[in-house]
Amino acid sequence: MNPSSLVPFPPLIYLFAGIFIPLVTLRWRRLAGWLALTATTAAAFFSVINLLQVLKQGIIPYRFGGWIPPIGIEYILDPLSGFVITVINLIALGVIVHAHQSVKAEIKESRWPPYYALVMLFLTGANGIIMTGDFFNLYVFLEIGSLSLYGLIAVGEKKSPVAAFRYLVMGTVGGGFYLLGVGFLYLVTGSLNMGDVRNILPHLQVTAPLVVALTLMLIGLGIKMAVFPLHGWLPDAYTYAPSPTSAIMAPIGTKIGAYAIARIFFFIFGIRLITQIVPIAQVLAWLSAVGIIYGSVLAMAQNEIKRMLAYSSVAQVGYIGLGLGLANSFGFIGALLHIMNHGLMKACLFLVAGNFRLKLGHSRIDRLDDSLRRSMPWSAAAFTLAALAMIGVPPTVGFFSKWYLALGTIASRNWLFLAIILLSSLLNAVYFFRVIERMYFPWRGSSQKRTLSSPAPKNESQEVSLGLLLPTLIFALALIVVGFLNVWLVKTILTKALPAGF
Amino acid sequence: MIKFLLGHYAYWFILALLVIGLYGLIIKRNLVKKVIGLSIFQVAIILFFIASSTKWGATVPVLTDHQEVIQSAAYINPLPHTLMLTAIVVGVATSGVAFALIILIYRRYRTLNENELLERLKEDEPE
Amino acid sequence: MVNATTYTSLVPLLTVLVSLGAVPLIILSSRRPNLREFWTIAAGVAKLALVVSLLPSLLRHRIAVLNLGEIVPGVDLAFKADALGVFFALIASSLWLFTSFYSIGYVRGLQEHKQTRYFAYFAVCLSATMGIAFSANLATFIIFYEILTIATYPLVIHKETEEAIKAGRKYLAYTLTAGVFLIAAATWTYLLAGHLDFIPGGLLKNIPFEPKTAWSLFTLFLLGVGVKAAIMPLHSWLPTAMAAPTPVSALLHAVAVVKSGVFGVIRVGLFVFGPELLRRFHLDYLLLTSASLTIIIASFLALKEDNLKRRLAYSTVAHLSYIVLGVGLISSPALLGSLLHLAFHATMKITLFFCAGAIYVHLHKEKVSELDGVGHVMPWTMGAFAVGSIGLVGLPPVNGWLSKWCLGWGAVAAARPLYLIILILSGLLNAAYFFPIIYRAFFRQGETGKTGEASLLMVVPLVLTAILSILLGVWPDLGFKFFKIAHEVGRVIFGGVS
Repeated sequence: MNPSSLVPFPPLIYLFAGIFIPLVTLRWRRLAGWLALTATTAAAFFSVINLLQVLKQGIIPYRFGGWIPPIGIEYILDPLSGFVITVINLIALGVIVHAHQSVKAEIKESRWPPYYALVMLFLTGANGIIMTGDFFNLYVFLEIGSLSLYGLIAVGEKKSPVAAFRYLVMGTVGGGFYLLGVGFLYLVTGSLNMGDVRNILPHLQVTAPLVVALTLMLIGLGIKMAVFPLHGWLPDAYTYAPSPTSAIMAPIGTKIGAYAIARIFFFIFGIRLITQIVPIAQVLAWLSAVGIIYGSVLAMAQNEIKRMLAYSSVAQVGYIGLGLGLANSFGFIGALLHIMNHGLMKACLFLVAGNFRLKLGHSRIDRLDDSLRRSMPWSAAAFTLAALAMIGVPPTVGFFSKWYLALGTIASRNWLFLAIILLSSLLNAVYFFRVIERMYFPWRGSSQKRTLSSPAPKNESQEVSLGLLLPTLIFALALIVVGFLNVWLVKTILTKALPAGF
Repeated sequence: MIKFLLGHYAYWFILALLVIGLYGLIIKRNLVKKVIGLSIFQVAIILFFIASSTKWGATVPVLTDHQEVIQSAAYINPLPHTLMLTAIVVGVATSGVAFALIILIYRRYRTLNENELLERLKEDEPE
Repeated sequence: MVNATTYTSLVPLLTVLVSLGAVPLIILSSRRPNLREFWTIAAGVAKLALVVSLLPSLLRHRIAVLNLGEIVPGVDLAFKADALGVFFALIASSLWLFTSFYSIGYVRGLQEHKQTRYFAYFAVCLSATMGIAFSANLATFIIFYEILTIATYPLVIHKETEEAIKAGRKYLAYTLTAGVFLIAAATWTYLLAGHLDFIPGGLLKNIPFEPKTAWSLFTLFLLGVGVKAAIMPLHSWLPTAMAAPTPVSALLHAVAVVKSGVFGVIRVGLFVFGPELLRRFHLDYLLLTSASLTIIIASFLALKEDNLKRRLAYSTVAHLSYIVLGVGLISSPALLGSLLHLAFHATMKITLFFCAGAIYVHLHKEKVSELDGVGHVMPWTMGAFAVGSIGLVGLPPVNGWLSKWCLGWGAVAAARPLYLIILILSGLLNAAYFFPIIYRAFFRQGETGKTGEASLLMVVPLVLTAILSILLGVWPDLGFKFFKIAHEVGRVIFGGVS
């Protein structure tokens, strides 16, 4: 089979699943979850195959309908897109296995088919953004993914439609800005194809429309990525969404924005343009740095696990933005590595939060007590491991992201950024250890609370079932395994994913 | 200077629409009005693309059997138009989702005013 | 001059793995304490045997190495059992064996809770310590160093009282902060030198430096290793960490954690920067000044402390800086003194901590002022305490005199007699805070209400370590040839004979 024909499989599989599920499940509602799982497995499988192919042969384009660019729409499979899409689909797979029971617990049965359909559409959007080689096509998939996500958020608890509405407003404005940016870019270059534009840009004079295009795209995609100060939608959305939605949204949603920025800035506009001519990389770096501190500090003030993780995500996205903004090879690799690492860490953390919701009925920090140590030992352990990864303790993955980013900041002589990255590790330690302490140690005065909040008898395990536990533990284990493999991953995949000019 | 202002009158209009849309979105308290602002914002972007595709003295890009294409530059650029068809659909879908959310919010909180909503959300706090 | 050759061996990795492997066994045997303790002891014996097995080859100048593949860009996860590494590993693993027996007596005597967690994490800590000892480069070192930080936390907060949890927080705050400084320093070093291997004489030796850069980098490193090495003002976590059970204080905070810190100082000073760079940029003054201040101030603070363990903690702070002082003197005899003190202080301090623990378990006394007449009740224990104290003051025949003498000689040889004076002064201060304890114990009467020693499981180890301290003072090459190995380290770095 022609390898290039496998390229569009991942997004297409999700698209068809998204359409198929509501139809089939008119009759058999419970099939929805299984269909989603099948689709995700297939998509993950093809992503891996695509990745292996591209590592062997180099860039593989796919032309829809056989129309050659710039007339037709093109999908490009290169090491960068192959890597990111594989990471995202594998994480999605783990989350969807977990979602099976999580959805059962938090969402009405009549809504399962549309829920899973929306999940499929969200993943369609994500995959499409990653694979596409056309600016407008990116907008289309951006909107597909975002609209699905608004719906996925809104089926949560009482406040969720408000959070979804806020996200909708910000997200649509973001999409609009991005589209406007595309418009300006089209005005200036006459093409919508990414490769084409890349070839045309060096010959152009840098005029106002070009700068505007760049800025608008950054704002638009920055909203999606939740770069400070465009992150306002994130805390509420992550907190009030149902647990399975948070679990799928947190590791994936913001990464797509990051990928798009990486692609457009580095592979199309080129390093010279974004650093020297229009210092937009520096802007991204500075905003990200502020975001790191802002997110870490606010996370310390939170009382509910999901909200804490939400602010933590703002900070972590800041790492990625900082890595990109440094515009050197260490920073870029660090950012890519962190896309994967943070995805794994946050997936694990949100799965545990979901487990807590399921078994304890809440995920508030001040109502946790050390009965968890006995009643949910595995979930607590997974949380602790993921927390250590977020703090950056070797040999977990978090340490290696920080190593690369530290190298990146030193290489560009940016000591303030180095200090910020390292300082945030310590801030992470503060807010994570708050939870760890609560989970493992008897808290002052908790003996009174014990009778109220934890009805579990002393030695009985209330741990979640295997279907939920297994993905949680696999993600946790991955945090160490991938840590050891980090250099292999960097050498075989990521160094090939570097843009020209590094 | 005047020539620049007058020559680009379409873009000034579009800019005004953009700002009006954003204004409505941010300043107005009623959720429905926010969505209206959002729609205006999206329309402004659509008009931007359309405006950028027009040319002085060019004709509608419709191919018929009778005419031959003498110079393609005599037709206005059809590509942005097709793109905007998609964008319009996206806008419609967005508005649809937005209104669905508004209905849901109204059912739960009995208000569409952002200030009141925030107050009622705060009351809900101990969850 | 004989040059060392290397040979590939799994042994360094095995020393790390053997106690890690014991961890699941310990956890699984939590219902059968004797079986569980058996695993701890077995792992300890196995580990010591493995480390000792490296000795013959080392003495023939053959160094075991093992490379496990790249772990960060350009740097491998690699082990190298050089003289310094084997030296440290020998101390840690042999003292672990003593501590394991002692721990069993201690936790059973107090009927401590969570014994399984205790023994399990203890095993992990020792794995990490082995990893630190045998690290061939900075990256491997940092990885195990951080693992040690995290693995010691559950032991520090073991009692789970409010005091313990606060101590744990302080401990983590200090050590994690130090960790990030280390990462900064290491990544910077990598960008300067292109690799991170520990090279005797300094991996940065040939890098052109400006004074500002050299000082910044060295300070970063010092902040990184200085916390565990308890150099003032980074020492504050150590007295607070005395909230941990005594065996934890004994092994970890007298042997493993803090000695990892000074081990790090030695590695940084002599294997990363190297004597030449230290001299050229006068970085040795940073070491000498901070060490001297620490020695004096900590000794005075020890005088003021009534809590026995905290007094011992401040004493540790002071003695650790002896080792740092020796590094700062940049000479072969001084380094010999440092290394010997690393080993000998360990044996002496562990004896003292063991005694403190035995007193606590048996008589429930924690304060110096309560120790009147204890010597009559627990003569063996207080006898051992006396031995340890004598050694720390620096008097023969206990081994402390030998390391101190070498340090003093090193000060003179480096033409810095000031530091000799500091050492002597410190010896007097040691006497001032130790001898009154012995006096109280033996020459005063107290009401204790109990007779006899604490459990044999505790008393035997502490007597053994005391005897060991005496024997090493007379014959320093006893058993593990500490003197010879320490000498070797100096030779490799400085060349020539002292």
